[in-house]
Amino acid sequence: MNNTLAILASGEASPGEVVQATGTFGLIAVLIAIPVAGAVILLLAGRRSNRWGHWLGTAAVLSSFAVACVLFLALLAEPDDARTINQHLWDWIDVGTFQAPFALQLDPLSMVFVLLITGVGSLIHIYSISYMDHDPERRKFFAYLNLFIAAMLLLVLANNYLLLYVGWEGVGLASYLLIGFWFHKPSAATAAKKAFVVNRVGDFGLSLAIMMMFATLGTFTFEGVNATVGEANSTTVTWIGLALLLAACGKSAQFPLQSWLLDAMEGPTPVSALIHAATMVTAGVYLIVRSAEIFNLSETARIAVVLVGTVTLLMGAIIGSAKDDIKKGLAGSTMSQIGYMFLAAGLGPVGYVFAIFHLLTHGIFKALLFLGAGSVMHGMDDEVNMRRYGALRKYMMVTWAVFGVGYLAIIGIPPFAGFFSKDEIIHAAWVEHPVAGVAALLGAGVTGFYMTRMVAMTFYGKARWEDGAHPHESSPWMTGPMIVLALGAVVAGYMMLYVGNIEEWLAPVVGYQEVEGGISTNLLIAMTLGVVIVGVVIGWRQYAMREVPEIAPTQVSALTVAARHDLYGDDVNEALFERPGQHLTRTLVWTDNKIIDGAVNGTAAGIGGLSARMRRWQTGYVRSYALTMLLGVVVLVAVLALGSLL
Amino acid sequence: MNPTNYLILSAILFSIGAGGVLVRRNAIVVFMCIELMLNASNLAFVTFARTNGTLDGQVVAFFVMVVAAAEVVIGLAIIVAIFRTRNSASVDEPNLLKL
Repeated sequence: MNNTLAILASGEASPGEVVQATGTFGLIAVLIAIPVAGAVILLLAGRRSNRWGHWLGTAAVLSSFAVACVLFLALLAEPDDARTINQHLWDWIDVGTFQAPFALQLDPLSMVFVLLITGVGSLIHIYSISYMDHDPERRKFFAYLNLFIAAMLLLVLANNYLLLYVGWEGVGLASYLLIGFWFHKPSAATAAKKAFVVNRVGDFGLSLAIMMMFATLGTFTFEGVNATVGEANSTTVTWIGLALLLAACGKSAQFPLQSWLLDAMEGPTPVSALIHAATMVTAGVYLIVRSAEIFNLSETARIAVVLVGTVTLLMGAIIGSAKDDIKKGLAGSTMSQIGYMFLAAGLGPVGYVFAIFHLLTHGIFKALLFLGAGSVMHGMDDEVNMRRYGALRKYMMVTWAVFGVGYLAIIGIPPFAGFFSKDEIIHAAWVEHPVAGVAALLGAGVTGFYMTRMVAMTFYGKARWEDGAHPHESSPWMTGPMIVLALGAVVAGYMMLYVGNIEEWLAPVVGYQEVEGGISTNLLIAMTLGVVIVGVVIGWRQYAMREVPEIAPTQVSALTVAARHDLYGDDVNEALFERPGQHLTRTLVWTDNKIIDGAVNGTAAGIGGLSARMRRWQTGYVRSYALTMLLGVVVLVAVLALGSLL
Repeated sequence: MNPTNYLILSAILFSIGAGGVLVRRNAIVVFMCIELMLNASNLAFVTFARTNGTLDGQVVAFFVMVVAAAEVVIGLAIIVAIFRTRNSASVDEPNLLKL
């Protein structure tokens, strides 16, 4: 216990010795191997596995989850400072000093991610069995989901940045395949491409960071970087931090790389729940927290993270407030909540733990909200426009109840999960960066507004359904996982904070420092709840007590118009990058055609014309050649004769 | 013996030969004119050899005769071949290589 207190006081992470995997910990690789096998079998077996493919896919993730639980218990049994387990599988790249082992690392940080990924992943697999029931490509869907689970597990279990990059690209690929799952819709195909391209910008940051690490530190394993980064030049460390932030922004849809997430909602709803709410989009937060030692050393990089988080949490909340598409509303909300996590991660040792804490609770309640939205869509013939919902409470009692739990969790009503995690972030931000703290408080109010709007438009008010809509409750395969997640959304926050003591659990890896001074916790809780309630009341008055028009009104404030256009994110990208890029390429094509080709073709044409002229000299008459020769000889002789005379 | 006369004769013969090559169209005649030029030069060589009292010119004259004989063999063969295909010995007719 003294040891833990010392860690808490210093704020430094001290992971202790890295232990080689033995006994139970040999199972770490199995975690990844099972979903890989599932994906490979389903993809290779093709249509033959159509009948049982979804069962295999679900079984694979469930077994992974079982293995994760075993590992979790084994890790709990270890002492605090011996919970970083390395499993070296093989030497992947071994060239001189460039050594990339294919090695996995299980520590408290990756453990909670593994539990989230496999746990929520299993529930979403079960949900998808029923949700994708009518899709002829259901087997392929499960293959991609398994592929995603494997890549995501590799991402969080890698023990070096290069292997993490493999997982990072793997989840990008799975995300691309799943957003474009219904690729026969042009909008889905475009959205998949957009997500892929925007993510490439972020991936560029990650590869830059890895290159800089290798160039300055000579290593890119977590262990090596953590041990040596303190000796590096502080400017370099800042640049590595900023490059990592760029990578995190791309994957986590943070400003300025946020534009892809809203379009990514074209994918099937379970995908939105698993990849674009609970797990993949939070990989950026993982990257930053995993690189805590780097960010601890660079004030500038941390301020940049806080800035990105603060801007995005407000942007996402504003966008979420104006969307009529239920999934896009939730996507805006996801951006906003990840903004909170970035904000927390940017606060340094006081915030890392809470970034992960909020990530975990958010993973549960946001997956729940997306699955709830999927259930509503399922009952309403895939209608996503909330203006055509209304009064669904009586028809979908279970969905209403679980969505309600998710709603209370996300707006942060005690004792639901979001209350604990969000409150800790607002508190830490308030003390460390008051401006960000105020923004976070404001964001909590807007969260209350848009979530109330969503619930009111969907479940309350008058029915505004399309003709022929027959809303009905979804099958137990869909409601079951939602109920489990709803239980999680009720208890997870309290359990993790007070029973599981998440600060102590994570402190050996990421470091933890108690927030000191500033404002009293109770006052801040009261303020936050006050702001949230104001948001809820405004939302309720506007969308539950008044009639909601079926067609979105056009006479609205400038802010609403902007929010409907995703705050002009796409327009900015188009004006700043796309148009100049197009102009550049057009100019280059013109230069190539006119100037480069012009010079080459002009030279050829000039020589051709000249030779056509010169060819006329060749008459073809032997006698004229003879005459030329004779004249030549005469001239030569004359010159020689004159020369000898002179 | 006055070598000047021989040289003048040589020059006259060479000029007749050159003129013939330039103005005649019949390949046989052109050929004969070339022979005339070769022999005119032979005459000049022999004259100079006599004047200088050396054998060099005489030797060269022999070489020229050998070359002339070889040339006649090949040249006549070409002319006969062309005549067979085109029924003409005109030097202006074979112009396939001309554009």
